[in-house]
Amino acid sequence: MLLAVLSGFLIAALAPALYRLTPRFAAPLLALLPAALFIWFAQLLPQISAGGSLRISHAWIPGLSINLSFLVDGLSLLFALLISGIGTFIILFAGRYLGGHRDLPRLMVLLLCFMAAMLGLVLSDNLISLFVFWELTSITSYLLIGFNHEDAKARAAALQGLFVTVGGGLALMTGLIMLGLIGGSFELSELLDQRDALQAHPLFVPMLLLILAGAFTKSAQFPFHFWLPNAMAAPTPVSAYLHSATMVKAGVYLLARLQPALGDNSLWLTLLGLTGAVTMLLGIYLASRSTGIKQLLAYSTVMALGTLTMLIGLGTDKALAAMIAFLVAHSLYKGALFMIAGVLDYSTGSKDFLTVRGMARRMPITTLTAILAALSLAGVLPLFGFIAKEMMLESVLHAPRLAKVLTVFAFLAATLGVTAALVIGVRPWFGAPLPTQKPFRQAPAALLAGPVVLTLLSLMFGLFPAWPEATLLAAAASASAGHAVTPGMALWHGVNTPLLMSLGALVLGALLFARWASWRRLTQATETLALRVGPERLYVVLMDGLVRFSAWQTRVLQNGYLRYYLITTLMTMTALVWTAAGLNHGSFTFHLTLSDIAPHEFVIAGTLAAAAIAAALTSERLGAVAALGAIGFTVALTYVLFSAPDLGITQVLVETLTVILLVLVLFRLPGFLTLSSRPVRLFDALVGLIVGGTFTVLLLAVTATRYYHSISSYFIEHSVPDGFGRNIVNVILVDFRALDTLGEIAVLALAAIGVFAMIKLRAEDHR
Amino acid sequence: MNMQSLILRTAGQFILPLLLLFSLFLLLRGHNEPGGGFIAGLVAASAVSLHLFAMDTAAARRILLAAPRDLIGWGLTLGVVSAVPSIFLGEPFFTSIWFELTLPVLGTLKLGTPLFFDVGVYMVVVGSVLTIVLNLAEEH
Repeated sequence: MLLAVLSGFLIAALAPALYRLTPRFAAPLLALLPAALFIWFAQLLPQISAGGSLRISHAWIPGLSINLSFLVDGLSLLFALLISGIGTFIILFAGRYLGGHRDLPRLMVLLLCFMAAMLGLVLSDNLISLFVFWELTSITSYLLIGFNHEDAKARAAALQGLFVTVGGGLALMTGLIMLGLIGGSFELSELLDQRDALQAHPLFVPMLLLILAGAFTKSAQFPFHFWLPNAMAAPTPVSAYLHSATMVKAGVYLLARLQPALGDNSLWLTLLGLTGAVTMLLGIYLASRSTGIKQLLAYSTVMALGTLTMLIGLGTDKALAAMIAFLVAHSLYKGALFMIAGVLDYSTGSKDFLTVRGMARRMPITTLTAILAALSLAGVLPLFGFIAKEMMLESVLHAPRLAKVLTVFAFLAATLGVTAALVIGVRPWFGAPLPTQKPFRQAPAALLAGPVVLTLLSLMFGLFPAWPEATLLAAAASASAGHAVTPGMALWHGVNTPLLMSLGALVLGALLFARWASWRRLTQATETLALRVGPERLYVVLMDGLVRFSAWQTRVLQNGYLRYYLITTLMTMTALVWTAAGLNHGSFTFHLTLSDIAPHEFVIAGTLAAAAIAAALTSERLGAVAALGAIGFTVALTYVLFSAPDLGITQVLVETLTVILLVLVLFRLPGFLTLSSRPVRLFDALVGLIVGGTFTVLLLAVTATRYYHSISSYFIEHSVPDGFGRNIVNVILVDFRALDTLGEIAVLALAAIGVFAMIKLRAEDHR
Repeated sequence: MNMQSLILRTAGQFILPLLLLFSLFLLLRGHNEPGGGFIAGLVAASAVSLHLFAMDTAAARRILLAAPRDLIGWGLTLGVVSAVPSIFLGEPFFTSIWFELTLPVLGTLKLGTPLFFDVGVYMVVVGSVLTIVLNLAEEH
C-alpha cells in the first residue's frame, strides 16, 4: 500500500531519464504505472464491496501521533480507481498532445507527483498525513497551472490558485488539529464513530468552520470559485485531470469522509446545502454564457462541485447515494469532454465556440463521443448522467430542510445545464464549416482513447447501473453515510416528479440554446457587475493591500543598515530576557568563586577580551580582521579545553574559510573610513555593554541552577549500542537528530543559493 | 584570480590531493573519532579554495566532479533518500538501518544509512561554500 502511494514519486524521479532514453515510448511506459495501480486497486474490489476495509499503518513521527496510515474502504477505493484510471489516459493523452514540447518531461514529473499526492490524500487515515498530501496537491497544481511559465497570465493564475487553496489549507490544518485534539485521536477510522462527543464539544463550531474553509477553497465553492476558471491556463490534460476529475474533488472527498462525524446537524445542512446550491447555480449560469470550451467546462465543473457539496449537506441516504453517482458520472463525462477540447485544439488550433464549426464530417468519432458525453452532462436517457441527475432531484425534493429553495435551484441548474451541454454537443460539430485556424490534422488514437473509453463507460453504467452499484458505488455511499446504504440505481423509475422536472428542464434548456446569442447579450450586465464587486475583485484588492503592507514593513524593518538590524535584534533579545525574568519574579542567583578558575583559563579569557576590544578600536580593516580571527581561534581553543574537539575543529575551519572569503572581497571594499560620529559610537558601546552584561548574568545564572536533567547522559549511554558510533557529536548529528541536521543543511543550501543570486543579480545590474 | 606564486603553485600540486584525502579520512572516521561530514566538507572546500588561489577558478572547477550548485542538490537528495529505507522496514522515518558486508581480505564492513546521510551533509557543505567562493572569485 505504501508502495502504491509512493511509487508515483519514485517513477516521477525517473521520468526525465526515460525521456532521454526513448522520447517516443516514454509516455506509454509511464502510463503503465497508473494502469498497474488501477489493476491493483481493482483487485481489492470484491473485499471492499463485501463490506470489508483495509487499514495499514507505518509509524512516521509516533511521538506526535503522526503516522503514514492508509485506509481503503468504499469511498477511498472509488477515488483511488478514478485517480489511477483517468490518470492512465491523461498520461497517454499528454504525451501526444504536448509531443515534442521542450518541457514535456517536467509535465510528466509533475503529473505523476500529483497523482501520488492525490492517492495519498484519499487513502490517508491519519489527519496530518492527509493534510501533507493535501498541500502537496496544491503545490503540484500551482506548478502545473504555471506550466507555461513564460506567460504572465499563467503565472498569475497559478499564484491565485495557490493563494486561495493554501489559504484554505491553513484553516484546514487548524481545523484538523482541533478535530484530532477534541476526538483524542488523529486517525480518521477512530474519529468517525465519535459523532456525539465531537458535536457536543464547545469548540465544535469553530472547528467545523475551519475545516469547511479548507474544503470550500479547494473545491471552488462560492465565493472562492473564481480561481478554477483561471486555472484553465494550464495545458488541457492538466485541466482535465486536476481541475475537473480529481484535485478539485479533494474538498468534496473530505466532506464526504467526515460526514458521519460532523454531519447531520442544522449548521452543516444549512452551510453546505446553501453554499452548494448557490455554487451550483452560479457555476452553470456562467457556463451557459461562456464561449471558450475550456471556460465552459470549468464553470460546469464548479456546478458539479456545488451539487456534490449540497448533496453531502443534505446527508440523507438518498442524497449520499446521489452524490456518489453524480461524482462518478461527472468524472466520466467531464474527463472525456476536456480531452475532446484538447483533441479539437490539436486538430483545428482553436478552443473557442465562435471560431470552430461544422467539424462533424471531418472528425466523426470525436463528434459522436462529444455528443454522448454532452448528453450525460445534460442528464439525458440512457447515460449515467441521467441516473445521477434523477437521484439528485429526488433527494432534493425530499430534503430534510430547505427542500423548496433547493428544488428551485436544482431545477434552474438542470435547465442551464441542458443549454451548456447543447453548446458543447452541437456548436463545434454542426452547421456550415468555418475555416480552421491551423491546417487541419486528424487526432491520433492516443488522444482519442481516453474520451472514447470514458464515454463508453458512461453509456455502459447508464444501461446497466446495477453492476457498478454492486461492485463499488453502494460501498462508497455506505462509507460516506457511516452505515450500510442501498442506493437502488435504475435507469427507469416510472413517470415521477424528477422525470417531469427533467423533461421541463430539457425543453427550457433547448429553447435557451436556440436563443443562445440573445441569452449571452441579455446577461452581459452581470459580467460587468462581477468585475466591479465580485469575489475576484475582492481577491485583487486584498492582494494589493498585502503587497503594500509588505512594502511598508520592509521599508521600516529592513532599512539596509546592518547596524540597525543588529541593534534591533540584540536589544529585543535583551528586553525579552529581562521581561521574562521580571514576569517570573525570578532573581538571578549565582556563585562565582575565582579560585575555581585555572590560571591558563584566565589567560584565554584575557586574550579573548583584548582581541574583542582591539577589533572595536582599530582604525584599519586588516587589523579588525586579524583581531576577529584571534577571537575565533581563542574560542576554538576554549572548545578544545572543554573536551569538544569536533566543535574546535569546526571553529578553526570556519575561521580559515572566513579569511578566504574576506580575501576575495577585501580589495573590492572602499577605503576604511570612520563614518559614525562620537555620540553614535558611544551609543553603540552602550548597547554592546548592555547585551554583553545581560548574557554574562544569564549564563552564570543558567549554569548555577539546573531545572531539568541533562540529556547528555542519554546520548552517552545510547551512542554506541543504538548509533554504533563512539563520536557522540556525530551520532547525534547523523542519527539521533538527523532530521534537525537535514533542516540545517537545507538552510545552508538556501543561504548559498541566496548569496549566489545576489552576486549574479549584481553582475546583471552592472551590465 | 591568480596570485602567480610559483611556490604556492608547486606546493599546491602536492597539498591538494593530500587535503582531499584527509577530508575523506575525516568523513569516514567521523562516526567514531572527531570528524564527520560537516568538518570534512569544510576541509575539502578549503582545499579547493587553496587550489583556486594557486591556479585560477577554471582549474578549481575542474577538480570538482560536478558544478557546486548541483552538489548542493545531490547532497540534499542523498540526505532525504537515506531517511526513506526505514519506512519500508516498518520503522519511523529516519530510523538508522545498519547492515554488514563481509569482504574477502579486509574483514567485515559495517554500513548504515547514517553514513549516506553524512555523505549528503558533506556534499551540501562543499557545494554551498564553493558556490559562494567560486562565484565571488569570478565576479568582476
